[in-house]
Amino acid sequence: MLLEQTLAQIKEKFPDPVLETTEFAGEQILHVKGQDILTVLTALKANGFNFLADLTAIDNLTLGGYERFAVSYHLLCHKTAERLTVKAYVPEEKPSLPSVESLWKTADWQEREVFDLFGIIFEGHPNLIRIMNPDDYEGHPLKKDYPRLGRKERGDFPVIDRGIQKQKPSK
Amino acid sequence: MNHDDIKSNVLTTTLESAINWGRKNSLWPMPFGTACCGIEFMAVLAARTDIARFGAEAIRFSPRQSDLLIVAGRISIKMMPVLIRIYEQMPEPKWVISMGACASSGGVFDTYSVIQGIDQFIPVDVYVPGCPPRPEGVVESLMKIQNLIDKEKLSDYALSSSK
Repeated sequence: MLLEQTLAQIKEKFPDPVLETTEFAGEQILHVKGQDILTVLTALKANGFNFLADLTAIDNLTLGGYERFAVSYHLLCHKTAERLTVKAYVPEEKPSLPSVESLWKTADWQEREVFDLFGIIFEGHPNLIRIMNPDDYEGHPLKKDYPRLGRKERGDFPVIDRGIQKQKPSK
Repeated sequence: MNHDDIKSNVLTTTLESAINWGRKNSLWPMPFGTACCGIEFMAVLAARTDIARFGAEAIRFSPRQSDLLIVAGRISIKMMPVLIRIYEQMPEPKWVISMGACASSGGVFDTYSVIQGIDQFIPVDVYVPGCPPRPEGVVESLMKIQNLIDKEKLSDYALSSSK
């Protein structure tokens, strides 16, 4: 009930940012433009979708879609237990969109994770630094065009010898 | 002190074998558990296999107090500098067991972020296969380490042979 009302309201209120709404496997998906994500999610939160269950991203390199990257927000309404997925599309040339950390504190680390692995910039984020890869890591490894075996990072360490212990006796 | 007392209270040996005997029967392991092998290692300590029987029950979580490093689990590129630092902090003599497929070869994780075998960067004495290995396998590796220590000579150490 709430979900249908909310979707209709959002489509009416934001005709330009909302690209389309689709349904897949019984779940409603709202597709929006990346730059308007904060206003759309503010309205959704005010409408009852108060809980950000997950935040992640998709690289549409081989999948097709409105843009190269889609940041997806999984919302939950605690009152009616209804769920809504919002996909915000950001282009490859300028992969940035507003941060929703001001709405949900949990978005802080999740946006850092998306930044770390996909290189998507969240404008207005208080501390947008890498969260999982080493601080001096270069590149964003969950992009589809990133080499699967990396760029020799895993071989780039000093070789430690045995010190005062010589090679172990062979017998 | 009469002759019989000396016979029952004194034994003669070489310094080398006395040192090796002491070292091999009082290994103090430092577990570097990063994954499920670390959980399996807990079973090695528990009653059924009980490495206290081999004098190795004094698990130290400080590398400065241990002489056997047990690397249990996959090592990521972010963890490798930590592992190297811990290995270097251990006083010599020291030995290393690479426990399980991931520590030994990267296991199924052939990706940008997982080290394909810690022996590329630090010396390893015994490898334990398995995913994770059975506790019996780890006990076997401990006995192999003991055999290695038993065969050591004092001249194996650079400091003692440099004179």
